[in-house]
Amino acid sequence: MTRSASLLGKDLIGLEDLSAEAITSILDTAEPFKEISERAIKKVPVLRGKTIVNLFFEASTRTRISFEFAEKRLSADTVNIASTGSSVAKGETLVDTARNLEAMRIDMVVIRHGSSGAARFLGERIPSNVINAGDGRHEHPTQGLLDMLTIRAHRGPLDKLRVCIVGDVLHSRVARSNIWGLTKLGAQVAVCAPRTLLPHGIEDLGVTVFSRIEEAIEWADVLNVLRLQLERMQGGFIPSLREYNRVFGVTSERVDACPRDLLILHPGPMNRGVEIDSDVADGPHSVILDQVTNGVAIRMAVLYLLAGGAPDSAEVAKRET
Amino acid sequence: MRRDRETDPMRSAAPILLRGGRVIDPANGRDDVCDVLIRDGRVEGVGQNLGTPDGATVRDVAGLIVSPGLIDVHVHLREPGGEHKETIATGARAAASGGYTAVCAMPNTDPPIDDPASVGYVLAEGQRARAARVYPVGCISVGMQGERLTEIGEMVDAGAVAITDDGRPVPTAALMRLALEYSRTFDIPVADHCEDKTLSRGGSMNEGLVSTRLGLIGIPNASEDVMISRDLLLAELTGGRLHIQHVSTRRGVTMIREAKERGIRVTAEASPHHLTLTDAACDPYRTEAKVNPPLRAEEDRIAVIEGLRDGTLDIIATDHAPHHYDEKEQAFEDAPFGLVGLETAVGLMLTHVVDKGVLTLPQLIERMSVQPARAFNLLGGTIAIGSVADVTVIDPAYEWTVDPTRFLSKSRNTPFTGWPLRGRAALTIVGGEVVWDADGHKVKS
Repeated sequence: MTRSASLLGKDLIGLEDLSAEAITSILDTAEPFKEISERAIKKVPVLRGKTIVNLFFEASTRTRISFEFAEKRLSADTVNIASTGSSVAKGETLVDTARNLEAMRIDMVVIRHGSSGAARFLGERIPSNVINAGDGRHEHPTQGLLDMLTIRAHRGPLDKLRVCIVGDVLHSRVARSNIWGLTKLGAQVAVCAPRTLLPHGIEDLGVTVFSRIEEAIEWADVLNVLRLQLERMQGGFIPSLREYNRVFGVTSERVDACPRDLLILHPGPMNRGVEIDSDVADGPHSVILDQVTNGVAIRMAVLYLLAGGAPDSAEVAKRET
Repeated sequence: MRRDRETDPMRSAAPILLRGGRVIDPANGRDDVCDVLIRDGRVEGVGQNLGTPDGATVRDVAGLIVSPGLIDVHVHLREPGGEHKETIATGARAAASGGYTAVCAMPNTDPPIDDPASVGYVLAEGQRARAARVYPVGCISVGMQGERLTEIGEMVDAGAVAITDDGRPVPTAALMRLALEYSRTFDIPVADHCEDKTLSRGGSMNEGLVSTRLGLIGIPNASEDVMISRDLLLAELTGGRLHIQHVSTRRGVTMIREAKERGIRVTAEASPHHLTLTDAACDPYRTEAKVNPPLRAEEDRIAVIEGLRDGTLDIIATDHAPHHYDEKEQAFEDAPFGLVGLETAVGLMLTHVVDKGVLTLPQLIERMSVQPARAFNLLGGTIAIGSVADVTVIDPAYEWTVDPTRFLSKSRNTPFTGWPLRGRAALTIVGGEVVWDADGHKVKS
């Protein structure tokens, strides 16, 4: 495996930058990796001897652990750095942190940062592979990919499928990665939210806008329900959580009224009773825990491909012991 | 009231005869090939075949343009408090090398220039630099806090030529009204950075498709437009002299045009970057294109060009805003607003405004010299006999590529790196003294 052989280029910053072929290739590569997590001994030597730093400037549980499992199951050596208690908290700049890590001869960095563009910034300045684990309101590509893998597993090819993203699109990196990835693979994408939580010109990204959740549900095959950050209410974007649930909540009444067998995703963590009701989240349409399972496989695939692995050798690679 | 600015701190050297240049002096309706004789800090003669006085330096400027000295009414020299970005001396030298004989230094320093003593400091440091003249601008409000007026009269006596809280808008209509009314006594312009902070909060670039794609919070045109609208109404109410800084929106241009038609006393700036760039320059996360007001949509850029062409925007001003490279070497949202402009303005305006037929050369000189002098009551803006010898000689054919490592400014934050440009300042003369000679590749120190 050599770095130059990577199908994805050096870094994974966003799905906007990837071709449909590259996205499909990541999804296909994830399939054989799913099985590793089902084994008694969940480890293959694909990234043996590689050093990976998980650099998390924002709090994260699910994404950080998912990356860490993916790395460990591929036998990489990993280090976690959180912003609190590290040199970052002492005022070190992002570029200095990166250069110091680089000086310790690492192979990959997984970065989560509160500022849009931070992952690209890092990737342009260090030779290691950089994987964006969420940058500000920009992109969260592995989340987009795992959502697509989950939808594909339940509904087959994404081509022509109708997917509606519900909620705070304005502040959501998950929404942008979903929009790019899904539209590139031929899905029809819509968004549904109060206008205060939709970015200016969202239609120009090729998505339909629904103002009412009932219309969105009537249209969609798949709902991807975003977390409503509680601080949005303090920011005045919505008048109250109660009203949000009343007008935009994915409730069982609304889901039951849907003429089709709706598939429901949520990137987590959920605010039960706000953007999604518990009986929907725990109900038969929900694939929320599948998303979490698929997240590990997607991240294994991305790590493998960025390290220079060939997509069609994934099946072989995982058998090497 | 107009203060006596006839005492010129710049000391002239030997007489200078500029031989055979194209002398463009819009204030006096002159545009012909002739000589200009400068002696004792003043323009002594303008005409054909002037004799050479004893001891005079003769400069053959055939093929070059002899213009009244260029004046930039909007620069940030960062001193005191931001000397790692720029000092008054380095800024004045950068200005001279860019062809400017005078600049107006914005007061948003640390501490801000909000009292007569600090105005005096800026004036004194500017004189020590012996490059472009540095005119202090004082704050509108104490500490730029937007609450109560500064001692405007005392600052004017100390040398302030205008007031502004630039970098911040004047937050309340009531304070802006007071500033416009009170400043009438001193007949100085009140300059405002038009931005409704409640609409632009958290924003780091223009609101549009690019900000949506990049996941950056957008600054809508309306945040600028509502303040321009407010200020125009207050200028009408008070009769004060309103100066609107760095206009970037189509609606802003339209409102200023209408206000001028109604006879409201208002002048306004266009910045070279708003004339040449759109928000596409921010993609992907190019912090050197992060500026406030932000680079807007193409329709806005065209409207600003149209405003410059028809005179709605009287003045070209750079909003020269130096930042240390470490400060721009950050994620886009974390980097500060601003870009340097003093050393690229002449080349950009000749290449992208004159060569593209937006303005003629005499019109460009009006916007870069005559109107700035008039709007801010400054020396210069003319090459009339007897006037102060602030003269810029421009080489309109010189081809060069923007290379920030060659700037005299302390900072390098330009979005124009690598741009091929035509035209530069060949010679900058302040008070009869050569402060920049491009052939000598140095500024007189």
